[in-house]
Amino acid sequence: MPEFAVELRDVSKRFPAPSGEIVNAVRNVSLQIRDGEFFSMLGPSGCGKTTSLRMIAGFELPTEGDIFIHDKPMGQTAPYQRPVNTVFQNYALFPHMTIGENVGFGLEMKGVDKAQRLTRVRQALEMVRLPGYEARRPRQMSGGQQQRVALARALVNHPEVLLLDEPLGALDLKLRKEMQLELKRLQREVGITFIYVTHDQEEALTMSDRIAVMSGGRVLQVGPAFEIYERPNCRFVADFIGESNFLEGTVREVQQRTATVELAGGLLAYAESDLALTNGQAVTVTVRPEKIGLRPYEGAQNVYPGRVEDIVYIGTDTHYTVLLAGDQRLRVREQNEDPYSRPLASPGDAVTIYFDRAAARVLLD
Amino acid sequence: MLQRLRASRDRWLGLVLIAPTLLLLTALLLVPLILVVITSFGSRSPDGNVIYTFSFENYLRLVGITAEGFDPLYVEILWRSVWLAVQTTTLVIVIAFPLAYFVARAPARWRNLFLFLILVPLWTNFVIRIYAWIMILRNQGVLNSLLGWAASLVGLPFQPLDLYPSAGAVLVGMIYEFLPFMILPIYTSLEKIDDSLFEAAADLGANAVRTFLRVTLPLALPGIVAGTILVFIPVMGTFIVSDILGGRQVILVGNLIQRQFLDARDAAFGSAASIILMALTLVVTVFYTRRFGFGEEIVKA
Ligand SMILES: Nc1ncnc2c1ncn2[C@@H]1O[C@H](COP(=O)(O)OP(=O)(O)O)[C@@H](O)[C@H]1O
Ligand SMILES: [Mg+2]
Repeated sequence: MPEFAVELRDVSKRFPAPSGEIVNAVRNVSLQIRDGEFFSMLGPSGCGKTTSLRMIAGFELPTEGDIFIHDKPMGQTAPYQRPVNTVFQNYALFPHMTIGENVGFGLEMKGVDKAQRLTRVRQALEMVRLPGYEARRPRQMSGGQQQRVALARALVNHPEVLLLDEPLGALDLKLRKEMQLELKRLQREVGITFIYVTHDQEEALTMSDRIAVMSGGRVLQVGPAFEIYERPNCRFVADFIGESNFLEGTVREVQQRTATVELAGGLLAYAESDLALTNGQAVTVTVRPEKIGLRPYEGAQNVYPGRVEDIVYIGTDTHYTVLLAGDQRLRVREQNEDPYSRPLASPGDAVTIYFDRAAARVLLD
Repeated sequence: MLQRLRASRDRWLGLVLIAPTLLLLTALLLVPLILVVITSFGSRSPDGNVIYTFSFENYLRLVGITAEGFDPLYVEILWRSVWLAVQTTTLVIVIAFPLAYFVARAPARWRNLFLFLILVPLWTNFVIRIYAWIMILRNQGVLNSLLGWAASLVGLPFQPLDLYPSAGAVLVGMIYEFLPFMILPIYTSLEKIDDSLFEAAADLGANAVRTFLRVTLPLALPGIVAGTILVFIPVMGTFIVSDILGGRQVILVGNLIQRQFLDARDAAFGSAASIILMALTLVVTVFYTRRFGFGEEIVKA
């Protein structure tokens, strides 16, 4: 069995825009998606997620580079000959067919006989929790139900890879959360590789085994949710996923994976880093708001005095904006552990903030 | 109570609002129709007026039952009309579909131009456009001249083809006249189909042919049905095309009716023929829409 379900090697896609210029939708993307993996492509609108997915499905051909599915080069292979199925964002159910006919369409095209087709359609509809809906028409069903039908229509063919383009985008929040869990359950049940496109970071973090973060047609970082969140490799990733503070500075010393960075106002920040840094190099130190505290604790290497500028209460947490020396601002998040949720400080109060060097990361951009 | 009042007021308002339409339809459709029905049971007076009686004689004559036995003359005319309408509609569908498909799949900025080009001929008078076909089809017409020229190039002897007047010329004229009325509804259906449906079909393993048969064609059906109704009914009743391009050879119900009213001055017989034409058209249309529906249930939500 090949190790990778899908491999993109240095794939680029350029479109001629109507204005005559060229749009670089995807730039030199290389990805290795493992067999049975729930893989997400995450990024803001227009970053090339859909184009990447459409190239895997065969609706678009790469301008440069190669795509392999289970080690087979796809080349010019037509969509209907690829061992993948797609769940479209607008579901794309055939309006003139019943749900049963929709779900059975792929099997019909493969020449599966009618009796077997009906059995498999029934099983697929049961799997997406729509048993007995065969005779309905798509327009008689709600958005969430249509979504499930689209899923059943793809999964019934046992594709080697299932491609999903923002499949939950049109659903309301509650339904979306439900479907996220449902999708994850289905994926575990059928063991098919899922490639899931979304611009919703929470969705990607919840469901994925691994995530590729994209921006401007490029893949910036690939890794499991934990790694993407805890060890972002650039400002964009740190900023797009969750919330981050950025402090600009200059490397002063590097010692055993700990970098000392001089910030504005003469503050020194200690941060863990595996990067090959040189003294005098301009870098950014990033730290997540929830890893900064207003309460003193043992062994915090980064301790700065500051003044509270602003407080925002958001239920579980309270956010403090703290002004440091050198006109630098940090967002600090403290959980409201106090039974009365009393804030730890008021605007204008002088405070001291604390964070660990392991909570701080050095970024090169 | 208040709600009841409001409901009844709304009903009155509704009636008032549709009243003009209702009046117009009564005056222009219902009353003339009733007059035609009454007239059709009458007979012709020697000086060409209608004698109002109640006799089925006109109808019997039309279906061939006369005092002297069976006379197939009018049955043949009716049959010829239906058959011509069926041929015309079928060929118009065959020609219109690829054209409509081409326009619907063309880049958006070209579509309006193409639609415009399809409609341009309609700016010219119907009759003039038919006369143009005489110029093309007659013995020394454009087509024969071209063929003769081509034959002389390769050194073949050439006899001008007798294309006009003929039943074939009538068919060509009908197809030409009614083509736009098929292209437009089919275009409308095709244009509404979301591209993602074609992609979904391809994704599920359908090649181009199967995608066409299972997705494109069924979704274009409402347009084909609408176009068929728009073409079939007028072709059944038109007399100008057959008059001009058929010479005296091709007599359709339309010609029959026209001649009864204008030449033979037998309004009663003409009325009966009109009623038969209407009934025939209605029967074919009802049969057809029963089979295919008006297509409304498959129009995309
Ligand atoms: N068929 C196309 N023709 C021209 N430009 C396109 C086409 N498809 C996508 N693009 C452009 O490529 C870029 C990436 O698009 P897309 O892959 O749809 O992004 P995403 O799915 O991440 O929102 C966008 O700038 C988009 O406008
Ligand atoms: Mg997209």
